[in-house]
Amino acid sequence: MHNFTPYSALLGGAVIGLASALFLLSLGRVCGVSGLFGGLLRRGADIPWQRAAFVGGLVVGGALLRLVYPHAFAARETIATAATAATQALPWLSALPPWAIVVPAGLLVGFGTQLGNGCTSGHGICGISRLAPRSMVATASFMAAGFATVFVVRHVLGGAS
Amino acid sequence: MSASHAKSIAASFASGALFAVGLGIAGMTQPSKVIGFLDLFGAWDASLAFVMIGAIGVYVVLYRVITKRTSPLFDARFHLPTRRDLDRRLLLGSAIFGIGWGLGGYCPGPGLVAAGSGSLVALAFVLSMAVGMKLEQWVAARTW
Repeated sequence: MHNFTPYSALLGGAVIGLASALFLLSLGRVCGVSGLFGGLLRRGADIPWQRAAFVGGLVVGGALLRLVYPHAFAARETIATAATAATQALPWLSALPPWAIVVPAGLLVGFGTQLGNGCTSGHGICGISRLAPRSMVATASFMAAGFATVFVVRHVLGGAS
Repeated sequence: MSASHAKSIAASFASGALFAVGLGIAGMTQPSKVIGFLDLFGAWDASLAFVMIGAIGVYVVLYRVITKRTSPLFDARFHLPTRRDLDRRLLLGSAIFGIGWGLGGYCPGPGLVAAGSGSLVALAFVLSMAVGMKLEQWVAARTW
């Protein structure tokens, strides 16, 4: 197993669970980042100030982490997306700059999370915890798609062993 | 602004900041760790599974406790999803999300946190994600 960090993963996960529970206790809603952010973009969505504050918390949290725990972030030169990590890739693929990957990735994530009504936080954590059938199916679906995408890009196209 | 309104905003901010800290501790703000988990047939890193286990473990317990209340702290009632149907939109949307996630290694939360840390690549991701979301909202208003 590569780069396996079970303890920090469990601890970080527990903190995420706690944050989600705090949100549930306060606003009575699922702590789904895509839903909260998407609602900010949509005219007439409810709790706009609370959505903005939550998103603001994520962003400010990121700034804080940069100050006290910069190790949490990827070094600028080593954004290891599935595409750029392809080793014996088609030359043009491994030579792509990071933004050429994350812009299409962002479009897909944005479109898909709205269409599917959730992401790893809303479906994967809150939904599964509630044993919601829609969330369990959604999670299986995006996990399978994620596995398949990395497999195709890294191993089929990229030729990594 | 009422005191309760102000408190609900503060609580939302606190939730977001705590969520960011959790993601950072868990290593989920590094696309390489996410891609490592999704690289099932390669250099597999199971850490993400442990993040989910930690999060679900805590949330399952607290969810039961919290929803025993008649209402949350800063709203008249709970607003929890009630749908149980499995439709094409759910399946297709999740799959499309998964492809984007596998390509970039970012999902909405980590993308926003990394953007906050000053990563221009993450900012590009977030802006594109916003465009993708608006596009779906626009299409949805016209079709389903």
